[in-house]
Amino acid sequence: MENRLRLFLLSAALFGPIAPPGVVLAQSPTQLPGEEEPLFQPQVERRTVDISALDTENFEIGPFLGFLSIEDFGVNSVAGARLSYHITEDFFVDASLGVSKADKTSYELLSGAAQLLTDAQRDYTYYNVSLGYNLFAGESFFGARRAFNSALYLLGGIGSTEFGGGDRFTASVGLGYRFIATDWLAIHVMMRDHIFQHDLFGVDKTSHNFEVQSAIMFFF
Amino acid sequence: MQFRLVLILCGCLVSGQVVGALGEIAVEIADPYIELHTGPGRGYPVFYVVERGEQITLLKRRTDWFQVRTARGKEGWVYRDQLARTLNPDGSVVAIRDPSWEDFEARRWEMSFSGGEFDGANVIALTAGYALSENLSLELNYSKVLGRFSSLDMTGISILHQPFPEWRVSPFFTLGTGSLKIKPAATLVQPQDRDEDYSNVGIGIKTHLSRRFLMRIEYKSYVVFTNRNENEEPKEWKIGFAFFF
Repeated sequence: MENRLRLFLLSAALFGPIAPPGVVLAQSPTQLPGEEEPLFQPQVERRTVDISALDTENFEIGPFLGFLSIEDFGVNSVAGARLSYHITEDFFVDASLGVSKADKTSYELLSGAAQLLTDAQRDYTYYNVSLGYNLFAGESFFGARRAFNSALYLLGGIGSTEFGGGDRFTASVGLGYRFIATDWLAIHVMMRDHIFQHDLFGVDKTSHNFEVQSAIMFFF
Repeated sequence: MQFRLVLILCGCLVSGQVVGALGEIAVEIADPYIELHTGPGRGYPVFYVVERGEQITLLKRRTDWFQVRTARGKEGWVYRDQLARTLNPDGSVVAIRDPSWEDFEARRWEMSFSGGEFDGANVIALTAGYALSENLSLELNYSKVLGRFSSLDMTGISILHQPFPEWRVSPFFTLGTGSLKIKPAATLVQPQDRDEDYSNVGIGIKTHLSRRFLMRIEYKSYVVFTNRNENEEPKEWKIGFAFFF
């Protein structure tokens, strides 16, 4: 009996400090009441779609042909290339390079012998960079069954014209029509005025040079 | 349900990237519906509607429009905002990578085209810049000055410092050097080309307009080292647009 009492006291002294936490441990379940193991874990994965893998087609490039009326020097054919970058669905930037050759002025033709410009000085080369704005995007109907996407656009820009033995600062304004034949092909018709100053006739004059061109452009 | 969606999405993502070697991406629609336009623009009419739960394949992108193909083979253009809610089935908006303000701050390459006045004559300029850090850029400049009596071709290099790149209207300072070729107009007597070296110092501002687009306004003061007794000191004003990549 005494032994048993001593054992109890001893065990109480020994395990006393340890037991209460143990009891607490045993009584604290890992799960809150009412929470059982779910049938399946909802694995909501944060998924981001990497759009950068998509093919972007914001550029248009292509050749053009047309006519350029060089003021006082007749109407001549013009050829060149255009590159556009579409910034938004409304705005784009267009870079153009065109080459033409001037005829003789009526004075040169009538006088018979007078030469205002040498042959090399008659070469007309222009390049410019313009900001374009798309107007009236919509569909153009071709007969009763077919419709094509199309848009009008306005262009305004600056550049340089090499003509008459000098480079001339040139402003240009234009109006164009883009006819989108397929996803990757567009046909353009554009009218543009190239405005620059020259003194080839001894006095300063502002010359307006109207161009009408048609371009076939490819999206890439 | 969501679990199945995720599985389907993962599956079609994989299939999309296996089948679509051209970078096509397959997704499932989470919006009630999306509208397909005939072309990449507001003005092109809606011709088809795809409902929630249907699969679509993203084919390509033009500005903010995506060309998609439906399960039934219809192809049309969807605006980015509609797709943004579509791409993530868990209701979170996917970040379609777009050069926003944050990207603008992290840009590396910049191309700009500007026009203005150089010593009373017109100038047009092309600049390609590469950002070494968020404050410092290296720029290659090509300008053409078109005067009455001569034209100049200027090629040079400059370093640009932006003390506050995070500002929406951010000032910058430039320091540059290069060479210029003077071509007198042919109407003058005995024209002769001349080459000179120049250095310049400049100040300007850049403003982020939208997406990849900035506006630049700058003023530069040049010193042209002529072989005559005194140097010329032309001043230049320019305004233009720039894109960044």
